[in-house]
Amino acid sequence: MKEYEKVCIVCPVGCRLTITEDSNSNNGYRVEGNNCPRGEKYGIKEVTNPTRVLTTTVKISGAHHDRIPVISSDGLPKKKLFECMEIINDVNIVAPIKAGDVIVEDILDTGVDIVASRSMDKQ
Amino acid sequence: MLNYDIVVIGGGPAGLAAAIEAKKNGINNILIIERDKELGGILQQCIHNGFGLHVFKEELTGPGYAEKFINELKSLNIEYKLDTMVLDITEDKMISAINTEDGFMEIKAEAVVLAMGCRERPRGALSIPGTRPAGVFTAGTAQRFINMEGYMVGKKVVILGSGDIGLIMARRLTLEGAEVKAVAELMSYSGGLTRNIVQCLDDFDIPLLLSHTVVDIKGKDRVEGVVIAKVDENKKPIPGTEKLYECDTLLLSVGLIPENELSSGAGIELDSTTNGPKVNESMETNIEGIFACGNVVHVHDLVDYVTEESIRAGRNAAKFIKKELKKDSHTINTKAKDGIRYIIPHEIRVENLDNTLDMFMRVTDVYRDAKLVIKADGEIVREIKKKHLAPGEMERIKIPVKDIKNNNISNITVEVQGKVK
Ligand SMILES: Cc1cc2nc3c(=O)[nH]c(=O)nc-3n(C[C@H](O)[C@H](O)[C@H](O)COP(=O)(O)OP(=O)(O)OC[C@H]3O[C@@H](n4cnc5c(N)ncnc54)[C@H](O)[C@@H]3O)c2cc1C
Ligand code: SF4
Repeated sequence: MKEYEKVCIVCPVGCRLTITEDSNSNNGYRVEGNNCPRGEKYGIKEVTNPTRVLTTTVKISGAHHDRIPVISSDGLPKKKLFECMEIINDVNIVAPIKAGDVIVEDILDTGVDIVASRSMDKQ
Repeated sequence: MLNYDIVVIGGGPAGLAAAIEAKKNGINNILIIERDKELGGILQQCIHNGFGLHVFKEELTGPGYAEKFINELKSLNIEYKLDTMVLDITEDKMISAINTEDGFMEIKAEAVVLAMGCRERPRGALSIPGTRPAGVFTAGTAQRFINMEGYMVGKKVVILGSGDIGLIMARRLTLEGAEVKAVAELMSYSGGLTRNIVQCLDDFDIPLLLSHTVVDIKGKDRVEGVVIAKVDENKKPIPGTEKLYECDTLLLSVGLIPENELSSGAGIELDSTTNGPKVNESMETNIEGIFACGNVVHVHDLVDYVTEESIRAGRNAAKFIKKELKKDSHTINTKAKDGIRYIIPHEIRVENLDNTLDMFMRVTDVYRDAKLVIKADGEIVREIKKKHLAPGEMERIKIPVKDIKNNNISNITVEVQGKVK
C-alpha cells in the first residue's frame, strides 16, 4: 500500500496530509490530517494529477504600465507550467482590458483560460 | 487652503477601506492623497493569488482585490489625488502636500487617517560586508520591476530571507526563466506560510537553507556570487561553513518597517516594538482625530486583516467628525506577556466598543499545541487552543464586550502557554 505525505496548500492553514492507497475507498485513496473536505480533494489530486493556479504577466501597450497581471481560470497541470509560460510570454495585448477578459483561451488544450486579473484603461 | 472633513494619507487597501467606510457612515467631504500614479498600494505588484479569502470568500490576486475597493470608491464618488506626496502633518491636522498640477498645497482636515503602509528594510539596515556591486535588490523592488515594468532583474539568483515575499519571488523568478540557487534564512524556521514553502520552493526544488546567512558579496560592477554560511544559536556565522553560490543577483527579503516619518513629525507616539503609532480601540493615535490603520500601524501578512482594521478606523473617524466618539470612558490597557511580542490596540476605551473587542498580536516563537491565555487584571477570561503559532502569522482574538464591560478592569494581558517548537 502506497503512502504519501503532502501539505495542503488550498488555504493558509497548511494541514499535513497523509494519503494512502485504499481499494476499499470510493476514490481509491484515504486522506488523513485534513481539517476540511477541500483537503481530501486536494490530497487525492496531488498524488494523481497535481495542478497549480498560474499567475504571471502579459505585455500590454497603451496602458500606464508595461505589464498586466493574469491568472489561470483553474489549476493547470504542474508539468505544463513552463510550457504555458512560454505561450503567455509571447502574447502582446493592447489597452483597454477589463478584469476577467480572456487573454489566452484553452491554453495547451487544458480547458483552462488565462484571464486578466485587473483592468487597465487606455492612456 | 483646502478644507476636508477627513483626509486619508495613502491609497493602498488600508486607505481605500477607511475612506469607503467613512463615506458609508455619512461623511461626504473626504480626500485620499496617494503619491503613486494609481490607487491600490503595494497590492498592485502582488500578482499572485491568495488575497481576500476572509473578506470575499474567494481567492483573488493583489490587483484583483484592490480593484474591488477602487471600483467601490469611485462609485461612491470619493475624491482622490494621485501623484501627490504628503510632506508634513501637524498636530492640529494641517497637511502639506505637493504635486506637479496643483503645486504646494495646504490642507486643513478635521480628522486624518494615516495609511502610508510600510517599506522594506534596505541593505544599509543589514550589515553584509563585501563590495557594493549592482544586482542587489530588495524583494519588493524586484517584484515591482518584474510585475509592473517587465524588467527582469537577473538570471541566477540567491534570496536572503524566507518570509512570504521572498518565497513568492523565488517562484516568480523561476517561472520567468531565472535559476534560483537558494533561499537563505537566518532563523531556524521560515517566516513564510507553509503553503508558500510548498508551492514556491518545493515545487521547483529550490533549497531552503535554514540557520544560514549571507556573509559576503562578490563582484565589482555586478554581483558575481555570494558567500553563505551556517549560523549558530546566537546567529553568528560558523567559521568553516562558508560556501560560494555563483549568481548575478541577490534579493533581500529581510523585513518591513512601518513608514512613520510623517507620524513622528506630527508628534504621534510610536510603539518601539511595532515601529507604528500606539492606537486605541478606535484606531486613534495619541492625537485626537488622527487615526491610523494597515501596515503603518503594524506589518500585516493578510490584507484581509488590513481591511478589517481599516474599516474600524474609517468608521471611527466618521464618529469623531459626528462627535460620537466618547473621550471620557473607563480605559483598559493591554499588555503583551510571555510569548507575545505586541498587542494592537494599546488602550481600550470601553464605552466605544460595539459588540466585540478585536485584538491583533504576534507571538515571539514557533509553538506547537499551545494556548493563548487572556487575563483581565490577572484573572483568566478566555483560553484559546492553538495547534500552531508562529511569529510570521498574525493572531486575532475577539472578546465579547459583555465579558469586560461592567467590570472595572484596568488591564488585559495575553500570554502563550505551551512549548517552543
Ligand atoms: C513588497 C511587499 C509585498 C507584499 N506582499 C504581500 C502578499 O503577497 N500578500 C499579502 O497579503 N500581503 C503582502 N504584503 C503586505 C501588504 O503590504 C499588505 O497586505 C497591504 O498591502 C498593506 O496595506 P496598506 O494600505 O497598509 O499599505 P500599502 O499597500 O503599502 O499602501 C500605502 C500607500 O500609501 C502611499 N504613501 C505612503 N507615504 C505617502 C505619502 N507621504 N504621501 C502620499 N502617499 C503615501 C503609498 O504610495 C502606498 O500606495 C506585501 C508588502 C510588501 C511591502
Ligand atoms: S485541509 Fe482544509 S483547512 Fe487544511 S489546509 Fe487544506 S483547505 Fe485549509
